[in-house]
Amino acid sequence: MLTSIIYDFSPLTHRIDQFLSETFSPGWAVTMELVIVGLVFLLFYAVVGLFLVLAERRVCAFIQNRLGPNRVGPEGLLQTIADLLKLLFKELIPIKRADKFLYNLAPFIVIIASFMAIAAIPFAKGLHAIDFNIGIFYVIAVSSLGVVGILLAGWSSNSKYSLIGAMRSGAQIISYELSVALSLLAIVVLSGSMQLSEVIASQESGWWIWRGHLPAFIAFLVYLIASTAEINRGPFDLAEAESELTAGFHTEYSGIKFAFFFLAEYMNMFIVASFATTMFLGGWLPFHIDGWYAFNHMMDFIPPVVWYLGKTAFIIYLIMWFKWTFPRLRIDQLLTLEWKYLLPINLVNILIVAFISWKNWHF
Amino acid sequence: MEIINYIKDILKALRSLWKGMMVTGYYFVHPKEIVTQRYPENRKKLEMFDRFKGEVTMPHDENNTHLCTGCGICETNCPNGSIEIITRKEINPETGKAERVIDKHIYHLSMCTFCELCIKTCPSNALAWGQSFEHAVFDRHKLTKVLNQPGSKLRKEPKEKKVTEEKN
Repeated sequence: MLTSIIYDFSPLTHRIDQFLSETFSPGWAVTMELVIVGLVFLLFYAVVGLFLVLAERRVCAFIQNRLGPNRVGPEGLLQTIADLLKLLFKELIPIKRADKFLYNLAPFIVIIASFMAIAAIPFAKGLHAIDFNIGIFYVIAVSSLGVVGILLAGWSSNSKYSLIGAMRSGAQIISYELSVALSLLAIVVLSGSMQLSEVIASQESGWWIWRGHLPAFIAFLVYLIASTAEINRGPFDLAEAESELTAGFHTEYSGIKFAFFFLAEYMNMFIVASFATTMFLGGWLPFHIDGWYAFNHMMDFIPPVVWYLGKTAFIIYLIMWFKWTFPRLRIDQLLTLEWKYLLPINLVNILIVAFISWKNWHF
Repeated sequence: MEIINYIKDILKALRSLWKGMMVTGYYFVHPKEIVTQRYPENRKKLEMFDRFKGEVTMPHDENNTHLCTGCGICETNCPNGSIEIITRKEINPETGKAERVIDKHIYHLSMCTFCELCIKTCPSNALAWGQSFEHAVFDRHKLTKVLNQPGSKLRKEPKEKKVTEEKN
């Protein structure tokens, strides 16, 4: 029983659901379930966010021939927890002539946007909070809500750094949103569904990045570039640009409000990476090679959660790798890259994908 | 032709980006390239690099002799007066003439800015950089050091020997 839970979570969730609906009235059962899911995500959010901050610091240190944080806890594992504790105790500095209400609201909008996106991610078989039939559409819509928070933060802080950062971020996210959606659309065309569980099911015989020939690979590359820009990470971190704008839109924030922005940024990276995993790399499906039965069987022994987290970690590493390699783009270069390169390539690409899918040329 | 140049541009850009990523990727998978020292742990075997400026020292050989003639050039060159030289007259038994001999070469580490002027200008190469760097003490008088060891003498190198060395 216990071992099979790792491979398929649906019996466990069904049992909890059954227990709750037997003991409570239907309304209460649903409320309890919502609370449980919310708590699990809250915990997951904090742990993954803190771990990613640490991972980023260590990866960038290794790339720059340094060691990175290695003093707090074994190999620096407790470093970010210590940082968070410090941030919790810090003073929340009120800004003179700031728009108080919007100023306080902005971090919550940013963090809620990433929270909503995380709900649609399929972590493993049966470990999936909401399986919308328009899951991809939902995530694209919800993840771009974050920019509202960023714009509000920049506007309400009453600081020029914040405002410039927020405006840049607005221009950036609105243009790169297109590329993200179009590259995901390529996979929607191939798999014929917008439901995330069905996208994964369609990759049973092979991941789309392999089965979709070159166009799928191009879509993957475009997705990686555009989504990095969408989450405001280097080399597209114009919104924060610490060398020009001190910290961009969160210049005036301190303490836990700053931590909210920070955590949301890293969680957005996780969400983007897990979407790349789900759409292009087969989600939680193990790696299979046609005809190699013994090999395939061995791969099946590795639990789906491990597969999922491993692939996500790989994508996150890729994103970190190019953040710490490439210099930051200028705003005009950023928009040129999107409108003159990524978008036309994407449009041609989606045409080819549609043709392949129509002729059934994919594997 | 426009479109061919466009695609060429993209491929060229991708290749140069990949080149850059290979550099950082190489460093990521080669932890030997890391230059950071884990200081208190590797204290025993930590070796500083050649040009490290730890403190000014006066090297002595096994016969307890050094090269300092007590000329005082280091003292006059020191911009913040970290060096004090006390000399005395001594009669050379061979020639019977009075000669200037260094009595104390006093070095105030607490005032030194490690500018290296004393070492560079020493005409007899008597001074050198030491490699020690753990200078913290509880009493600042301990930072005032006498560089020549007690009972040490000026090393007199026969001039012919240098000529033969050069010939070789």
